Amino acid sequence: MAKYDEPLLNEIEKRDDDKIFEVEREKLNIPNLNEREVVKHFIHLSQMNYGVDTGFYPLGSCTMKYNYKLMEKVVKNDKINYVHPLQNEKSVQGCLHIIYELEKMLCSITGMDAFSLQPCAGAHGELTGMLIAKAYFESIGEERKEVIIPDSAHGTNPASAKMAGFEVTEIPSKNGKVDMNALKNAISEKTAAFMLTNPNTLGIFEEEIIDIAEEMKKAGAILYYDGANMNAILGKTNPGIMGFDIVHLNLHKTFATPHGGGGPGAGPVGVKKYLEKFLPVPRVCKKNGDYFFDYNRPYSIGKISNFYGNFSVLLKAYAYILLKGRELEKITERAVLNSNYLMEKLRNAGYEVPFYGRRMHEFVLSLSKLRERGIKAIDVAKRLLDYGFHPPTIYFPLIVEEAFMIEPTEDESKKTLDEFADTMKKILHEDEEILKNSPHNMPVRRVNEVMAVRNAILTWNDLKIH
Amino acid sequence: MDEILDYIGVKSIENLFSIIPEKIRIAGLNLPDGKNEREVEMKIKKILNMNKSFFEMPSFLPIIKPHYVPPAVDEIVGRQEFYTSYTPYQPEASQGILQAMFEYQSIICELTGMDASNVSMYDSSTALGEASLMACRIKKRNKILIPKNVFWHKKSVLYNYAKGANLKIVEVEYGEDGKIKTDINEKDVAGIYIENPNFFGIIDDRYDEIEEMKENMDAILIVGVDPLYLSIFNPPSYYGADIVIGEGYLGNYMNFGGPSLGIFACKKEFIRQMPGKIVGATTDINGKRAFCMTLQTREQHIRRGKATSNICSNQALCCIAFLAYVSIMGRNGLQRVAIENMKNAKYMADRLQKIGFRLPFNSKFFNEFVVVGNIDGKKLNEKLFEKNIQGGLPVNEYLKNGILFGVTEMHSKEIIDYAVEKIKDVMEEIQ
Repeated sequence: MAKYDEPLLNEIEKRDDDKIFEVEREKLNIPNLNEREVVKHFIHLSQMNYGVDTGFYPLGSCTMKYNYKLMEKVVKNDKINYVHPLQNEKSVQGCLHIIYELEKMLCSITGMDAFSLQPCAGAHGELTGMLIAKAYFESIGEERKEVIIPDSAHGTNPASAKMAGFEVTEIPSKNGKVDMNALKNAISEKTAAFMLTNPNTLGIFEEEIIDIAEEMKKAGAILYYDGANMNAILGKTNPGIMGFDIVHLNLHKTFATPHGGGGPGAGPVGVKKYLEKFLPVPRVCKKNGDYFFDYNRPYSIGKISNFYGNFSVLLKAYAYILLKGRELEKITERAVLNSNYLMEKLRNAGYEVPFYGRRMHEFVLSLSKLRERGIKAIDVAKRLLDYGFHPPTIYFPLIVEEAFMIEPTEDESKKTLDEFADTMKKILHEDEEILKNSPHNMPVRRVNEVMAVRNAILTWNDLKIH
Repeated sequence: MDEILDYIGVKSIENLFSIIPEKIRIAGLNLPDGKNEREVEMKIKKILNMNKSFFEMPSFLPIIKPHYVPPAVDEIVGRQEFYTSYTPYQPEASQGILQAMFEYQSIICELTGMDASNVSMYDSSTALGEASLMACRIKKRNKILIPKNVFWHKKSVLYNYAKGANLKIVEVEYGEDGKIKTDINEKDVAGIYIENPNFFGIIDDRYDEIEEMKENMDAILIVGVDPLYLSIFNPPSYYGADIVIGEGYLGNYMNFGGPSLGIFACKKEFIRQMPGKIVGATTDINGKRAFCMTLQTREQHIRRGKATSNICSNQALCCIAFLAYVSIMGRNGLQRVAIENMKNAKYMADRLQKIGFRLPFNSKFFNEFVVVGNIDGKKLNEKLFEKNIQGGLPVNEYLKNGILFGVTEMHSKEIIDYAVEKIKDVMEEIQ
């Protein structure tokens, strides 16, 4: 990775700084640079950033698969870039066709009956799903205030349930899976929903899902599927057949749209028939071969974002599904194969796998034994950077101490996995001081995150004061 | 593949999935065979050909509008190091995007006059939802005042964000000038939301009155802004804003409505109540300047149910596009474009007045404006569409025969003249 002492934008030499317009605004400290300086600046910054194309990026729960260049090409088109969301429907039939078809594809893949593409991210989909649950119980005149969530869940689950106005009950896991007794004890007439990821965040398939769904049905509650781990089950099973009522997908995970340094993503929400009438407006419908927006949905929760979601992200996912078709199943097979292979290699290299057994698309190591040597998960993670690998997700899920959560995805070769495993083995035998002081070869050494919180320097003006 | 299977001691791929109970197994996906890249590209091109872009059919719709994006912006956001990367949880491998995010926050604070900015909400509507929740957390009250004239999509999103926390949304009337009434006296108000320019495109420069209204009610003032507008008019900090939100469309495309980004900035005293990701400056162990995400104890991955928001993925790459745009334009370039927008809008409004439309509000406007004619906006739009023009947005719910137009630097004199001629033709046809 390149190393530059790259100045901030306002530290680069300014040009044409004379005020040329007489306007109400007196002061506006935005530098006037020439384009050459600006482009050089951002190219330097990009060279100090690790992307999927740079190398192995095995972040657990994030599904950092390869982003096809085709997707970037198909969205560079005036017929989307310069199309307004409120144009006459006759002039946006192409966009409506894509929304309509993508919804159908996602229904088929997940086994659900209807989808809305409006949510802009996974957590946004969760919030939408929880608002649908709320609207449903209101419509049948039941007051249900509680949402049950396993302690291995993504942090967004409890946060989304809370935002929709539910109280969250967290249940402990047993052997890395849902504890059926704990679940049964938590269920009551107040239970609105149970939110679950399957396979869960340890990469373990919850095989008791049929019983879980049965319990929820008996209680009249909703079973919610967090689709973050959908890459593990394409073509093998689906949330619909497992008995889930509401599903969100992360198109930026399973369907290969790029993560963009944090976004934009897309978090479509799918539901079973009995919940369809609550989906956000507008829905895209088809009549006599023409598509149109249907806003006349009296039970709908209304809108959840400005227009119809992150449309160009949706188009990329649509292109990906066209490209792969039914062979999406092969992706899942390879992702699961890669994950189990890498887990065995790392276990043989001396790493501990809590709740050891077959895994789906990801697995979690515990590095707690290294504590005896004063080494933490973060030290190993930082050392991996020196060897050119992006570290896995660390310290999640919370139920594993010194967690190292690894998701290799289907795109990585055996050679890459072997190199990663060899490096992990090598690190295990490295000197403590080397690890604790790593990284050594990056644009900066270990970053002081505690000081960042203490000083809260959030703009270049703050920087001047300090 | 066999080698891998041998290593893990599994006979076949199928065995890897044997843990999934038979009862819930499916026999593959019900999708067509995959296509090759050429086929996919051609198919999508063909589908998109059913659309009409701004260049084939001039459009005057408001809210989000066509703007020019310098090619260098595309080049910058097209760097794989930016667009394929994840949220920068490992700062040592992400200094580039972290510094860019820090610069984005700095630019947003320069424009809005606030002290801190996050690295985006999904859009301006969700930003309003989050700002309202934040105001209620700060004031420990649950009433939010909003202008009656807010785009109904935005209102609907706000109601959804307000639902869980039981917020009470009160709509405030506007006066004959189209501006929100400031002589209101509501009790227990947590936040007041105003827009500048407002939904009718009107510029609100009653700076003292606005600040006084806020102080009288001891409420948090949330101001919805247009970032381009801010390059030539006073920032909301000038009239007492505590939280500033907006649509960060600069450098991004319309894309049938998204992705864009929700601007979200506030005063320093409130940063611990802010939703979303924030980047801070610090040093590495050698004392070299470095950047990392900070104040994360506000967020869902740490605080779970007690977080300030559930947001995780945001619109980070759109922030980079925004930053690249502003960097390339500079202050002078931004002001040039803003002035051009305002001039073009004024020109079109003048032309429309000459053919019989009137401006219902005697107020200054930026790049959107409302006109009233003796024809229903929907009917006018249908006729215009036949002439290959997309008219403005009918706003009959506020004003009979009212139409809201949006005009930018993309609307040349020729385009405006042509459109006005066609509008005139329609008016004559109807009479």
